[in-house]
Amino acid sequence: MIHSRGLARTFKSRKGTVEAVRGVDFEVAQGELVGFLGPNGAGKTTTLRMLTTLLDPTAGTATVAGVELREDPVRVRRRIGYVAQSGGAGTDVPVGEELITHGRLYGMPAAQARRRATELYEQLDLVGLEKRLGRTLSGGQKRRLDIAMGLIHEPGLLFLDEPTTGLDPQSRSNLWNHIRSLRDEHGVTVFLTTHYLDEADALCDRVLVIDAGKIIAAGTPDELKRRVSGDAVSLIVSEGQHTGKAVEIAGRLPGAHEVTSDGNSLRFRVPRGDAVLATLLRELDSAGIALASVQVHRPTLDDVFLTLTGRALRDAEALPDARPPANGRSGDAG
Amino acid sequence: MLVETMLVFNRAMRQLVRNPFWVIFGLVQPVLYLVLFGPLLTRIVDRPDFPQPGDAWQIFVPALLVQMGMFGGLFVGFGLIAEWRSGVIERMRVTPASRTALLLGRVLRDTVVSVVQATIIVAGAILFGLRVPWLGAVFGIAGVALLAVALASASYAVALRVKSEDAFAPMLNAVVLPVVLLSGILLPMKLGPSWLYNLSRLNPFSYVVDAERAAFLGDFTSRSVLVGGLVTLALVAVTVVWGTRTFNRETA
Repeated sequence: MIHSRGLARTFKSRKGTVEAVRGVDFEVAQGELVGFLGPNGAGKTTTLRMLTTLLDPTAGTATVAGVELREDPVRVRRRIGYVAQSGGAGTDVPVGEELITHGRLYGMPAAQARRRATELYEQLDLVGLEKRLGRTLSGGQKRRLDIAMGLIHEPGLLFLDEPTTGLDPQSRSNLWNHIRSLRDEHGVTVFLTTHYLDEADALCDRVLVIDAGKIIAAGTPDELKRRVSGDAVSLIVSEGQHTGKAVEIAGRLPGAHEVTSDGNSLRFRVPRGDAVLATLLRELDSAGIALASVQVHRPTLDDVFLTLTGRALRDAEALPDARPPANGRSGDAG
Repeated sequence: MLVETMLVFNRAMRQLVRNPFWVIFGLVQPVLYLVLFGPLLTRIVDRPDFPQPGDAWQIFVPALLVQMGMFGGLFVGFGLIAEWRSGVIERMRVTPASRTALLLGRVLRDTVVSVVQATIIVAGAILFGLRVPWLGAVFGIAGVALLAVALASASYAVALRVKSEDAFAPMLNAVVLPVVLLSGILLPMKLGPSWLYNLSRLNPFSYVVDAERAAFLGDFTSRSVLVGGLVTLALVAVTVVWGTRTFNRETA
């Protein structure tokens, strides 16, 4: 659905040029739910705006929904849906009118737009809100209306820019369910950006990690987490047992490293914690060491980001040099 | 593109009908001028050395129409900035609809509003004692429509570039006051010293005012109607091209 080759964008401002996106290459297959994860200012929104024809790339190109981006942007627009961070649902126009007008801007006849709108009210829990003004909706309802507008022309590919930013936890998980069912029940390929690790983890089949305008890692959330230093395994041996012997056994496990002990507790890292657990328990048992507890911690995507960039995702957001100039929307590289 | 323009126009128009505050507000100012400033003019115009033909209403009402067309158009940019901020513009720009239609639909709405306002003012002025040939009134209102097209296009173009009310408001102020003072809207520029009159000749709107005044006297063959008409059309051409370009610019 998306095939990006060296897509790059430079912004010029009085303070100089900012390379918001420094050449990204990636693929998104049909039916995938792919997340673009990175701190604010990493180039997520800029990349998205290039892929959705709102911004011309300064270099590189991409095929989006089967259409060459630079050759026929209007045909790209026909085939994709795009929900921006501020999706434009909060107007003083009734929900129904706004949705139908939006469909008609895609060239749909009025009757077809009305039919499709009715379907979308059902699909996105908006039934009964048709007459309400957009600005009177709750945050979650607005977001769902934004998505309805992005889907009005039945695109095969939907771009969502930070879909859950500013939502309360309940609306957030509700929206996740809607996004999942878009893919699962309606076959829509979804490409979303997020700076929430849990969101990328919970929602996406595959994650592209972007930092300072470059993709620094890609894979399923599990693959990415495995690439870190592996899972953390921690054991507590029963009172009066030999911790030293347990350390020795743990150290012999394939791939085990960073083995540390403190009193009767013991920690180490290993590529696949779940896979070595059986061996570990058997060997400890045959050595006569009893355990009080054992735990395997999968690394989070935050660990991934830390390993890849040497800084935590939260800290990365404070980096001023990663931000493009602040001249209005053109500089909002999100 | 015509269908798309009408879609944008209908959407904008319905928005206005639901919340007609600005339309009414836009009428208050010319009505106040008519009631509180018009009578002052009557005494001055009656002086034998007054340089402009026609009575006070025939001099003032056409100029008031020009002012309405200008103001009605110039301030529409504020609405666009609000729409841009809420994401509506971006949302529409990602549809295959022509971006020119996104501009023209809105301009068309503003033009219709100005025409309605101008008609109300002319009708009101006739009650106050304005005498105007009907063709003159039609010409005058058409002029307002063209001015609204030009200034709304310009206003949207600037608004979409600055994207902030805080920057837009001072820019408007900087433009409006000298343009109004040098257009002869309040009093004919011929009353002033020659340097001031010559300066006003640099202001395209002074020609528009002259043309409207001549039309209100039924003097359609005069040079000022021709020149003013051409200046107005030129303003429309330049601003619509400017606005269209801005709307089609990638980062707008």
